[in-house]
Amino acid sequence: MRRHDAIQAIYPELERSVVVTIMGAVAAELQSVGHRPNFFYLQHAMGLASSVGLGIALSRPELPVVVLDGDGSLLMNLGGLTTLARYRPRNLVHVVFDNESLLSVGGFPTATSTGSDLAAIAQGAGVPRTATVTGLEEFREAFRAAQQAGDLTTLVAKVEAVGPAGYVTDLSLLENRYQFARYLKDL
Amino acid sequence: MPVSVASSTLIYRGLKEAGVRLVSALPETWLVHLIRMAEEDREMTLVRLAKEEEGVGISTGAHLAGVRSAMLMQNHGFLAAINGIVSCGQLYRIPLLMLISQRGSFGEKDPWQTEGGGVTEHVLDALRIPFDRLEAPEHVGKRIAKAQTLAYSASRPVALLLCRDLMWED
Repeated sequence: MRRHDAIQAIYPELERSVVVTIMGAVAAELQSVGHRPNFFYLQHAMGLASSVGLGIALSRPELPVVVLDGDGSLLMNLGGLTTLARYRPRNLVHVVFDNESLLSVGGFPTATSTGSDLAAIAQGAGVPRTATVTGLEEFREAFRAAQQAGDLTTLVAKVEAVGPAGYVTDLSLLENRYQFARYLKDL
Repeated sequence: MPVSVASSTLIYRGLKEAGVRLVSALPETWLVHLIRMAEEDREMTLVRLAKEEEGVGISTGAHLAGVRSAMLMQNHGFLAAINGIVSCGQLYRIPLLMLISQRGSFGEKDPWQTEGGGVTEHVLDALRIPFDRLEAPEHVGKRIAKAQTLAYSASRPVALLLCRDLMWED
């Protein structure tokens, strides 16, 4: 499964959600499918996308929140999984695109390439719903089920280690940040 | 435990008056009363962290979602959170109110706390984070309000150092 295709497969659901992504390929690919004011791209601070999602989910429990995380980013903030599980926001779906590498900085393998299992780690941290999927249709169904479940889910999607040609897009960080905050205010 | 309940109460009141409705924290001795007050306050969301850097992300999310928040941490926790402060809080211009217990200053008896005290203010300076000290009860309310005002007008992280003379009753 290619991450770009996976993002496209859930785009109709993302359009209706508040979305926080990590930096690099995920941010660039979501923007290439179509930017919306309810999408926030955390272009640095690796690891903190799930924490930003938690802050939003706790502050606005009526809104569906989706975090698009990655294996390299999540490995930098494994403790954050315990915090996510502890507060268990029912409105948060935590997707982890696991390509087993740090693609944007040379493709060096992460620990998931040697057996570290992020869904198992999330489950061990106390996240009530966890799964690992490998196929596109399986991913689409698991994501929809997660949004309908009304409970915190960490969904690990195994994807190929391929990304876009470049990571810098036309959307400036601060433009995105202010647009996003203003959009949430009016929701 | 000689952590000042009176000063903690003043600080907590200052946070409430500054509109803070979400507090993230990692327990440390000087913060015990503040954390308990946040826990018992139905108007406050308390988020207990595994590591302080998470709190920067949580406060960022809260701000983007329209909720005022603060971080409660020890200075060593501040040191542990620096990349988040720089590449999330500062990069994204988040008005982030940080209350940092200034361990390791004159009077510190715990040998393990003594390194952080010497570098905290230098690091704050190096990061260009505006900060002030809370050393006496009469400082507390006004300085929290002023710190919050600057955080929002500058749209940047700011810090208040909770000092020994305020927090600890020897």
